[in-house]
Parts: sequence; structure tokens; C-alpha cells
Amino acid sequence: MDLQILLLLGQDGVTNGAIYALLALALVLVFAVTRVIFIPQGEFVAYGALTLAALQAGKVPGTVWLLLALGTTVALLDGVRLLREGRFRKLPPLLIFNVGIPLLCAGGLFVVPPTQLPLWAQVAVSMLLVVPLGPMIYRVAYQPLASASVLVLLIVSVAVHLALIGLGLLFFGAEGSRTPAFTEISFELAGAPLQGQTILVIVASALLIIGLYFFFERTLYGKALRATAMNRTGARLMGIPPALAGQLCFTLAAAIGAFSGILIAPITTIYYDSGFLIGLKGFVGAIIGGLASYPVAALGAALVGLLESYSSFYASAFKEVIVFTLIIPVLLWRSLTTKHVEEEE
Amino acid sequence: MSMSKHPHLHDHEVILDVRHLGVAYGKVEALHDVSLTIRRGEIVTVIGPNGAGKTTLLAALMGLLPATGDIVYMGHAQGREREVEALVRHGMTLVPEKRELFAEMSVEDNLLLGAFDRYRSGHRDQMETMDEVFELFPRLEERRAQLAGTLSGGERQMLAMGRALMAKPKLLMLDEPSLGLAPLIIKEIFRIIGELKQTGVAILLVEQNARAALQIADYGYVLETGEVSLAGPSQELAADPRVIESYLGLGHKH
Repeated sequence: MDLQILLLLGQDGVTNGAIYALLALALVLVFAVTRVIFIPQGEFVAYGALTLAALQAGKVPGTVWLLLALGTTVALLDGVRLLREGRFRKLPPLLIFNVGIPLLCAGGLFVVPPTQLPLWAQVAVSMLLVVPLGPMIYRVAYQPLASASVLVLLIVSVAVHLALIGLGLLFFGAEGSRTPAFTEISFELAGAPLQGQTILVIVASALLIIGLYFFFERTLYGKALRATAMNRTGARLMGIPPALAGQLCFTLAAAIGAFSGILIAPITTIYYDSGFLIGLKGFVGAIIGGLASYPVAALGAALVGLLESYSSFYASAFKEVIVFTLIIPVLLWRSLTTKHVEEEE
Repeated sequence: MSMSKHPHLHDHEVILDVRHLGVAYGKVEALHDVSLTIRRGEIVTVIGPNGAGKTTLLAALMGLLPATGDIVYMGHAQGREREVEALVRHGMTLVPEKRELFAEMSVEDNLLLGAFDRYRSGHRDQMETMDEVFELFPRLEERRAQLAGTLSGGERQMLAMGRALMAKPKLLMLDEPSLGLAPLIIKEIFRIIGELKQTGVAILLVEQNARAALQIADYGYVLETGEVSLAGPSQELAADPRVIESYLGLGHKH
């Protein structure tokens, strides 16, 4: 292997690693706050990428219908409860978020052909269509079971994952899509080409991570999420509703997923079921961090990206095997070094 | 202490009125037919031995446990499905026995989160409230950047109380504030509870340390095996031979 290939593979690994790191952070966040192992994390990557691809192909993405259906369900579920309790002032925001904005997006797509929109607007519309699915799925699938055991929540996650994969096939078809690169700029680094898109992915991921850091360290809502993760009873006594914390972190997880999908859509061909494998690699990173440590999870995920890249050169047939085998020594080391702690509650 | 001449402060508004409260864990009845009343600016104490149901009582009042009976809080009858968050919004706070601090966060962040619900409903006076809390607990100001998990037992109790006060409560419920603390610190904590009374907040104080609790309270209830066995103005309770025998007697370390 010469330096050129080494750099090329490294570049690839860092790009993928950045995406895995984002997903690992989202997984750790969701688990810490809600105890949900969020297997459908990867589906948001695929939905984000494929929704953007559909918009650019001039099609109405199927996510619109899912958004409308889920939004109406949530509005009905919560609306009935609010009416019964006579809390009418909460009705308008509920309807605007769950029905109004989705209807506006859907209507807008029929009025303005999405192909005429500039790229940033297409990205924004894709995010608007995919991100609200996060809190809606939390409301419908997880919130009624919020106090169930980790195992039950895991089973729900598997169900949500399978449902989203099936719907993905229905919405986007079996063919993969790849969107045009955001930028055509290309540099040369020690004889190896360095794509502008690669730099974009790394910079955007880094900015997102910094943004998340500020959210958690500097804002009261971010602190409330951390507090919920640290001490659920304590957080409830402060008036931080578990449902609010859950919806907030599912919104973040969906946004991270969809944004990651949009970032890598020009680099890899995304199929309706590609998200699962991508999410799983983020999960390996999250496991390296013990589903608890954000920096270790992010570093672990970056390591996964590099390992994947280099192993695809040496033993491409075994690339996935090598990446997922990484989890065994990590688990072994973890089970030997950590003391057994009983699960709370 | 002219107030203690009017033990029940009958002219003050009733903050919490509980009638026939019952709590059961499955078929085991933890509380049976408990009734109590707390008025504005009053300290009411519930004393009793370990396992009498004192903590259960607070958990039920706070909406953490389902309960039967009638609870009227701030003039509103409470339904069967009571939500902790709704009660917090209406000024009820609980300082639990285990303190439930956010251990990996700074003292300052713990305090700020105490005002989370006020922040959420549009109030932006957290910094002034925090200064008031620091005035009450100067120790917390010295330790403001320190992680809550590294505090001493007394400081933890102070932080838990300070965090509860950040919500500007109408009813402050304290579960065993003296638990596991050195006598000097207990004295300090009770002095502060006495000061809090002057601000008009109603205080429900659950204690095993009957002597200290009855000294500071206006009214007291004795809870034994899930039922109120005795009730009365705390001075009368402190003089009651049954209370002296079981809770204040020499050599007793309750």
C-alpha cells in the first residue's frame, strides 16, 4: 500500500467515521434519557437521503403521507386527552405541529415543483418532512410504554425498525439513489484527490457536534435532558416531564439521522434498507462508549469508520465481519472491568 | 414566636387538605384513612417510626404513587390521575429522602434546574431566586461550581432544599432532612426551616427526629403503621406522655 492509497482510504474512513460518530451520539442520547435502544436510528438516515433524492427527481416523497398519518394520529391521541381535561390553550400548538406544518409541506410540494427549489431549500424541506417523524414515533410507540423494561422497549424498537423498513420499500422502491454532490470543488492532498463533499461532511459533523455540546452545556432544556438521564425521579420532581424529555431527544435523534443521510447521499448509493447497517455501525461506536460516554462513543465510531475503510482494502469480503467483530473484545473488556450494577427501578 | 400561640393559624388560607387518604402496594395497605391540613406559613410535622408510611405519604401527595381519598390542594380537588409536573407547576415541591440530586452537574446547574418549570412557563427571574437561595445557604455559593456528587451530606441536603426553593413553592415537603447528618448540621438545617416559615411557605416536615421536629412545628401528626394515631398542636404533642414514651424518651434514638 502506498501513501496515496493510505490517504484515500483514510479520507473515506474519516468521512464515514464522522457520520457513525453522529449516529453514536444520537444513540447514546436516546438511551440515556429514555432507556430506548433506538434501532430505527439508521432508518432516519435512509429516509433523509431518499426524501432528498425523491425531491430532486421531481417526485413527491412517500414520507409526506407517513408524516400526515402519524401527525393526525398524535393530534387525535393528545387532542382527545386535552379536550377531556379542558386544557384548550394547548390545542393550537398541538394541531400546528402535528397537522398544520405537515399539511403545509405537502401542499407546498404540489404547488411549487421541488425540482425548482434551490438545494438548501430542498434540504430544508427534506428535514421538515423527516425530523417530525422522530417525536411522533416516540409519542405513538414509546411514550405509552415509557416505564416498561429495557427489554420491552428494545422489542418495540425492533418492531418500529421493521415497520419503517417496509414503509421505506413502499415509499422509495427497491432501487438505490444517489444525489448530486453539494460541491464540485476538489483538492489534492499529497497526490490523493480530496473531494469537497468529504470536507463538507467532516466540517458539518464537527459543527453539529459542537452545536450539541453547547445545547447540553449552556441551555436549560439541554441541561434538563442531561438531568433526566442522570436521575429520572429527580427530574420529574423539578417538573421536567419524561414525555417532554423523550420527545425532545427523539427530535434530536431524528434530526441527526436525517442530516447524516443528506450529508452522505452524494457519496454512497442509499437503498431503502441501507440505514440499518449504517446505524448498526454507529451502535458499535455507542457500545464502545458503554452507551453512556459521549466522547468515547464518538471516538469509537470514528475508529469503526477507519477500520471499515482499511479492511475493505485488505479483505473487502470480510469488511462487515471485521467491523462487527470489534464489539466482542470491547464487550469482553467492559464486562471484565466494570462492576455489575443493578438496573434502576 | 407569637405564632405558636395560634397553633393552627386559623385565619390563613388552607394550602393542602387531605381526607381519608389511602395507599396500597398491591394488597398491602401502606396508608389508611390519613387526614391532615396545612395552612399558609405553617410548619406541620409528621413523626413516627421507620416504616410507618411517612415517605409513602409524601410520595402519594406528590403524585408519585396512586392514592385513594380526597386531596384538595390550593382549593382545587385533585383527581385520581395526579401528575407530578402539574403539581410542581402549582407550587408543590418535594425534597425526597434520597435527595435525588443531579450528581454529575454543578451546584449552580442543579439549582437552575429547580426553576425549570418556571423557566418553561416564561419566568426569567432565576438569577434573583438563586441569590435568595445563596443568602439562605452561603455554603452553596462557595461551592457553586462544584459537582453535586462531591458535596458532603449536609451540603447535599442544603442543595436539595435550595433546588426546591428555586421553584418558589407554596408547599414545601421535606422528607427526613436530618437523615444521616451530624448534630451541628441538623441544627443549622432546622434553623433554616424556621426561617423559611417567615416567607409564608407552608412546610410539611416528615421526621424521625421527633424532638427537633416538634420544637419547630406548629402542628404535628404521629403516624404509626399507616394510620394517624395522634394529632395536635406540637407543644401539646411534645407534652403527651405517649409521645414522650415512644419518641422523646431518654435513651431513645429515634
